[in-house]
Amino acid sequence: MAEVRLNDVQKVYPNGFKAIHGIDIDITDGEFIVLVGPSGCGKSTLLRMIAGLETVSDGEIHIGERMVNQLEPADRDIAMVFQNYALYPHMSCYDNMAYGLRNKGMPKDEIEKRVREAAEILELAQLLDRRPRQLSGGQRQRIAMGRAIVREPSVFLFDEPLSNLDAKLRVQMRVEIRKLQRNLGTTSVYVTHDQVEAMTMADRLVVMNEGVAEQIGTPIEVYERPATMFVAGFIGSPAMNFMDAKVEGEEVVVGGKLHFPMPNGTGALEAGREVSLGIRPEHLDLGGNGDVGLPIKVELVEHLGADTLVYGYLPWDTQNLVTLRMQGSQEFPAGHEITLTVSHDHLHLFDKQSGKRI
Amino acid sequence: MHKKVIFRHRWLPYALLFPQLAITIVFFIWPASQALYQSVLLEDAFGLSSKFVALENFIALFEDPHYLGSFKVTIVFSVAVAFLSMGFSLLLAVMADRVIKGSMAYKTLLIWPYAIAPAVSGVLWFFMFNPTVGINAWLLRQMGYDWNHYLDGGDALLLIIIASAWQQISYNFLFFLAGLQAIPRSLIEAAAIDGASPMKRFWTIIFPLLSPTTFFLLVVNIVYAFFGTFGVVHATTDGGPYGATSILVYKVFNDGFVGLDLGGSAAQSVILMAIVIGLTVVQFRYVERQVEY
Repeated sequence: MAEVRLNDVQKVYPNGFKAIHGIDIDITDGEFIVLVGPSGCGKSTLLRMIAGLETVSDGEIHIGERMVNQLEPADRDIAMVFQNYALYPHMSCYDNMAYGLRNKGMPKDEIEKRVREAAEILELAQLLDRRPRQLSGGQRQRIAMGRAIVREPSVFLFDEPLSNLDAKLRVQMRVEIRKLQRNLGTTSVYVTHDQVEAMTMADRLVVMNEGVAEQIGTPIEVYERPATMFVAGFIGSPAMNFMDAKVEGEEVVVGGKLHFPMPNGTGALEAGREVSLGIRPEHLDLGGNGDVGLPIKVELVEHLGADTLVYGYLPWDTQNLVTLRMQGSQEFPAGHEITLTVSHDHLHLFDKQSGKRI
Repeated sequence: MHKKVIFRHRWLPYALLFPQLAITIVFFIWPASQALYQSVLLEDAFGLSSKFVALENFIALFEDPHYLGSFKVTIVFSVAVAFLSMGFSLLLAVMADRVIKGSMAYKTLLIWPYAIAPAVSGVLWFFMFNPTVGINAWLLRQMGYDWNHYLDGGDALLLIIIASAWQQISYNFLFFLAGLQAIPRSLIEAAAIDGASPMKRFWTIIFPLLSPTTFFLLVVNIVYAFFGTFGVVHATTDGGPYGATSILVYKVFNDGFVGLDLGGSAAQSVILMAIVIGLTVVQFRYVERQVEY
């Protein structure tokens, strides 16, 4: 068990491509941190740098008391679960789990004890004699987890471990991994591109984009107060609606017609400043008592059963769809005009140039 | 899955099969049956008549110390060729697998020896080891070893082993490299995290995962050493000195066309045929249905 500290960590590839632009994260002991972001944002690279599979170009990585930049992966006291499980196909599941312990020169009966224990926890006891190819995806995933926990490392690293499983199994394994991590209390870093996994599993999220940590915070913080437009658009499904707007006195004006009050906690802004106004689809209300009404022409309706998604355009802007998420099921013909309202508590304001929250 | 093709004309399938059948019959079945037939005949000294002697040719062969010696030479030779060439190409492939810059040039250069005819490769090494003018023989003499493959049977055997193994390195290299590249990178990384040193990773992860490739190449190399190396021997040592490099295929040729013992030579080829069939069975049974990871 250990803290992990990243100090201005950077990665530059030999061809000059800068994959990680200087990231600072302090992970406390026992915390479950999720790195989330679109493909190519550098989240896997960052994880592999913590693991020691990629060199660190600049900055420092500390695990516990030690600076590990120059240490071999084996000496960092970590265990990693790979996306494709990376089980050794020519070994039985038992040997897969015992391999790392044998390399440490651990006595045989101690290995046996640890493997049996892990198999017990993960309900793998009957599978230990089998080869990985005789197992289903979910079982392989468990063996890979088992291989990580028998080592009793200070840090678990997960590289999209669930992305090869089907949707149902993914939900189940998600819960199991989280439970296991809580019981063991091992510091964990988990990489995923799936925001549902990120939101549900994380103690804290690191939302990454193009090698930059856009926001670090608890899932609720990130959802309720996204630090940038990127985070606002990435977390939450369907994505947040954005509207170009201008500051006029105490109001934010969209398309010269809709006057929104300033969101809570926003100081005075200079008049005429170009901003982006964000509203989550679930915060739009059909004919409720919100502060402002948006006239929407319905384009398309999607029924999800519990929810209905309505897509439409503002009369003066046929470029950007506005999305509404409402509970229950309701039918609207295309071209139908509806009025959506929103409470000013739920408005997000971003600077149009920098994308930063105002 | 069984797909039955229906032809409208009766003769069409036969016509389509005819070229392949003709080639097989004229160049394979017929000579093979001739060899079988010849192997039970004995010719008189002038080649004017021959008589049926049943299995006497075979009995004579297995009582002949020269033939049994040739068997031993062949086994030593093919095992040495297979291990030397496979070991060396595995080493090269492991190196090439890590090369990033200029890997294409490196790979291309390594494939060239395969394009050289066995006889030419034999002659090449023959010259390099020539006791009077060869550079390798000179180097060895500097180190205090008096190399002479004209007189020393061991030297001669080593010469054809080197020449034959060198030829086969390219082929083995290609397969080993493909095998190495098919091993997922994450397995090696997992092993590194599991605390295995690079040597240990190679022997406990990479080498076992290459075993299907290795087994396939072992069969191919043995077959090559048994049957594909006639040119090397013929162009260099002519089976000498005193039979030290007389491998089975070379002895078939030498006894039949130089010694003019057609019956005995035919009997030898029948035995070789049996060995080929055996190796083919091994290849089909175990290589084609190899364990898939």
